[in-house]
Amino acid sequence: MTSWPKQPPAKRLGLVIDLDICVGCHACVVNCKEWNTGGYPAPLSDQEPYGASARGAWLNRVHSYEVSDGEVEDGAGGRTVHFPKSCLHCENAHCVTVCPTGASYKREEDGIVLVDEEKCIGCGLCAWACPYGARELDGAEGVMKKCTLCIDRIYNETFSPVEQEPACVATCPARARHFGDFADPNSAVSRLTEERGGYDLMAEMGYRPTNKYLPPRSAKPINDGIGAPDALTPVAEGGFLGWLDRVLTDLSKGPS
Amino acid sequence: MPIGDEVKTTTCYMCACRCGIKVHLKNGGIRYIEGNRDHPVNRGVLCAKGSAGIMQHHAPARLTKPLKRVGERGTASFEEIEWDEALEIATSWLGKIRDDDPRKLAFFTGRDQSQALTGWWASQFGTPNYAAHGGFCSVNMAAGGLYTIGGSFWEFGEPDWERCRYFMMFGCAEDHDSNPLKLGLSKLKGNGAKFVSVNPVRTGYSAIADEWLGIRPGTDGLLILAIIHELLKAGKVDIDYLIRYTNAAWLVILDEGPGNGLFVRTEDDKPIVWDRDLDQPRPFDLAKAKPALSGIVTLASGRKAAPVFHLLAERYLDDEYSPERAADETGIPASTIRRLAAELATVAFEQEVVIDQPWTDVYGRRHETMIGRPVGIHAMRGISAHANGFHTCRALHLLQVLLGSIDCPGGFRYKPPFPKPIPPAPQPAGKADDVTPGKPMAGPPLGFPTDPEDLLVDEAGRARRIDKAFSWEAPLAVHGMMHMVITNAYKGDPYPIDTLFMYMANMAWNSAMNVGDTIAMLTEKDQASGDYKIPRIIYADAYFSETVAYADLILPDTTYLERWDCISMLDRPISSAEGPADSIRQPVVPPDRDVRPFQDVLLDLGARLGLPGLTAEDGSPRYPGGYADYLVNHQRKPGVGSLMGFRGADGSEKGKGEPNPDQLERYIENGCFWQDEIPKEAAYFKHANQAYLDYAAAMGFIDQPAPIVIQLYSEILQKFRLAADGHGVAQPPDIHRERFGAFFDPLPSWYPPLEDLANDDSTFPMHAITQRPMAMYHSWGSMNAWLRQIHGSNRLYISRRRAAALNIDDDGWVWITSRHGRVKAQVRLMDGVNDDTVWTWNAIGKRRGTWNLSADAPESQKGFLLNHLIDELLPDQGSGYRYAAADPVTGQAAWYDLRVRVEPANPKEEAISLPQFEALTPPQGREGVALTLRCGAEKSET
Repeated sequence: MTSWPKQPPAKRLGLVIDLDICVGCHACVVNCKEWNTGGYPAPLSDQEPYGASARGAWLNRVHSYEVSDGEVEDGAGGRTVHFPKSCLHCENAHCVTVCPTGASYKREEDGIVLVDEEKCIGCGLCAWACPYGARELDGAEGVMKKCTLCIDRIYNETFSPVEQEPACVATCPARARHFGDFADPNSAVSRLTEERGGYDLMAEMGYRPTNKYLPPRSAKPINDGIGAPDALTPVAEGGFLGWLDRVLTDLSKGPS
Repeated sequence: MPIGDEVKTTTCYMCACRCGIKVHLKNGGIRYIEGNRDHPVNRGVLCAKGSAGIMQHHAPARLTKPLKRVGERGTASFEEIEWDEALEIATSWLGKIRDDDPRKLAFFTGRDQSQALTGWWASQFGTPNYAAHGGFCSVNMAAGGLYTIGGSFWEFGEPDWERCRYFMMFGCAEDHDSNPLKLGLSKLKGNGAKFVSVNPVRTGYSAIADEWLGIRPGTDGLLILAIIHELLKAGKVDIDYLIRYTNAAWLVILDEGPGNGLFVRTEDDKPIVWDRDLDQPRPFDLAKAKPALSGIVTLASGRKAAPVFHLLAERYLDDEYSPERAADETGIPASTIRRLAAELATVAFEQEVVIDQPWTDVYGRRHETMIGRPVGIHAMRGISAHANGFHTCRALHLLQVLLGSIDCPGGFRYKPPFPKPIPPAPQPAGKADDVTPGKPMAGPPLGFPTDPEDLLVDEAGRARRIDKAFSWEAPLAVHGMMHMVITNAYKGDPYPIDTLFMYMANMAWNSAMNVGDTIAMLTEKDQASGDYKIPRIIYADAYFSETVAYADLILPDTTYLERWDCISMLDRPISSAEGPADSIRQPVVPPDRDVRPFQDVLLDLGARLGLPGLTAEDGSPRYPGGYADYLVNHQRKPGVGSLMGFRGADGSEKGKGEPNPDQLERYIENGCFWQDEIPKEAAYFKHANQAYLDYAAAMGFIDQPAPIVIQLYSEILQKFRLAADGHGVAQPPDIHRERFGAFFDPLPSWYPPLEDLANDDSTFPMHAITQRPMAMYHSWGSMNAWLRQIHGSNRLYISRRRAAALNIDDDGWVWITSRHGRVKAQVRLMDGVNDDTVWTWNAIGKRRGTWNLSADAPESQKGFLLNHLIDELLPDQGSGYRYAAADPVTGQAAWYDLRVRVEPANPKEEAISLPQFEALTPPQGREGVALTLRCGAEKSET
């Protein structure tokens, strides 16, 4: 059994993922793979890469769902949600406490959950313990791989400060991913979570994930913010040509 | 720790977006590719495809050496040869053609970004038979825009993302352009603007729309015209804008006869308007005239005429365009159409955006502010890939113009070098006089006809090009008709060719309609001579695509990370609305196999053939340094070259200037791109903004700083109608006359997709279309070990309700049947799709063994193409003639017109997609194909 940090982490680093603007493009998925296969958890192997069942270790995946709100008569009532998912760096991370070798651990300084591959025996208990399916056993390395929040980017002193963010955040074309410290109530991620009703994934399970999801905004009520009527009113007096004549007369009165 | 030892900037080519990338190198290999934060296209972001570039570079599907066919065509039996031999073979074939009849070379390229070179090369060779892939991609968007507003979407223009308050996206099948659209949508939603997506399928972008309208395919035009009907009825159109910037006030002759429908003009060809104050005609000069927009007038000649706007209002106020009629065709309720019109009008006219920026229009009038109508529109493939797409695209631009939202704050914005004169200047060359054995052609093979006399036809009205572009069958085929080349060449219609030379175009698979017959045409022999019907095929590709097996000579290309390239202002640049921009690719790693960049090969071939532009006076190659040499030193006109930045001997000039020997180094120092910012007072209303037009003329985008008047009414289309009515010298063959009445309306019109007319609704009740997955670009990703884990096979998606009615279960197998063929596929049920529509991801299905995938790879076992169901010809509908399945105006391949029926397959049948084709074996072999990849590990195992 592995134990928790003695002190609660000073920082709680994590991601905010905006489901309202994620278009499901997989940029975060592939850029994560690309960075990490040569980074801290290197390599992330792929089996049968050109064969019948190509599969590999990925630290981040996107799942797409159709969500119905009961009005699917014409298809317009439901919505499609793209849902990116990686390790949520839980405060109550059972993947850590079940680890028989101490390979899985949660860092005291920033709350990041990591695997020490030297100690990992690939038993897979942590993956069983994770309710989110966020850990993947590498088929070639025989050890568990997981999101590191790009620990080799966020603290990389050869990077400029704006570059010190996880690969998935830097690459997201819809700017749907944000990185920061949830322990700081004034951080951008804390404020976003507050303003947009960011929520814990499966909060009822009690794992207290650090990452937060911003819900899709409900589709704009018709005309909301636009102030448009349901339909335009046809011009009455003199019909269309009468209207046109009035407009032209007005226009010709003064310089346009 | 630094990522690698070295960083090189270049331009991505995992799709056609042209994002700037930074490639990190470690120990001489590629460690990591990321978006370049300074780059104007992607501002640091990079999509799934771009992020998988490293796997594209390492793919075992890469060709490794020039190949000569030794077995029968189609069997992929090759022997490896040296480059010298390959180039000698090509030179001997091409040299003979050039001396005999240069038209016998058909040179067609795919999604290539060096068309400024390839088109010029074809012209130097002397053949008109050249085009790139635009004809089967989105020529309807380009032509619809360029013949209406002098610009278009994507490379030609973009929404004002910053200021837009209401955004409508039509038929954007998740491509074009990729990262800029995502960045834009994100900004737009962040700003609280409303986003409406009109698309039969709710995936990707449509998934984050505030409102999704699952329209019936091919009916968008009618939806748009019904919105216009509502706007006109309510007087919600920008009359001031119409008078200032469009031909709305120009008088059109109403009398029957040779002048019918043409503009009334002065002797020096100026259009005439009716002046309300003087109550008489006068030339269109906004500094003086107060033009009328309605009323039929009698001219001094006794002829009757009316302003364009009069005709336009009369047309669209008619009940033919009522929301009720449109509702029947589109499936969008009339109340929704009315509400859309109300929302558009409210945002456009009650939520004006005003920028405090004085400017002066081209008529000399100063304006204190820039007033914008913040309605943005974007459209692409779903509009384009129908046989009514040209008119639908024109209707969309008409809607934008009526709302006054072309190149205004919050609206659509042109990207320099657009707007261009309507249409742009060059005419296509290829008439009898233009083509001479042993000589270059008199002009470029592609251009913009303005009159029936510009067509490339012989005395009998038959096409002079092998693809029949610019013929009476497709007069405004401004991007050519690549999808007809193989069929026509096989038939020798209009004449036989000798060599088909293709680059980067998968014409024996996903880029062909009717794949099975296409393959047969490529392999069939003439019984008398024993030669293939298409005698010689040369193909250049970097990978073992399906088409490789059908070539006699293979010229293997490099990957995009191993060569020079140029995204040129002469082709399709990377400009933004804020200013012109162009870019380059530089080789970031050397090739590790015996391949050469295609552009280098083309220049080499040109020199070997002695093409004038490619040889120096002593007969030696003009560009001995290859493409990099050409990019710097080639001048199209004095001072005009491939790249606009860092010109002049010292690199201080932009736009025009002498070649700069250090130009490429300067590009590299600048991140492999160059951009310029247009002056603030020139930022909007570019079509009529004196400061912008002066800037554009100085940069060489336009010849004269003259206003670009938006052509709501197209006199050019009317000229073709008049010809078909028997007027003028250029006359169509009788068989084609009827089409002009139906399809060459000078005002935007709507007619059902042509397959709808050819099919019985009860036999083929469904529409079938494709979408492009964001993580895979056409056929460019199946060899990629990471991307194929995301999209390794495709399903046929169908609505739950329709599936229930057809007894189709989720995951079940179905037969999809069209009037042309049958395909078997596995289904996935969903809610977010139009009930009358089935769809699948484009080009995921692959032929067994190709792309160096294993024979049991899901791409071939479960993946499938809809292409097998699409006939490249429409049925004979009584005239005895079969037209291309294409837009009758532009020749755009009408992929999305497809009609099918779907039935459950017998569950006892094998769970495999059909049709299947014989497996092919890669010439480079399958030995050494990795069973495990450990990319990034110190050592990798194979």
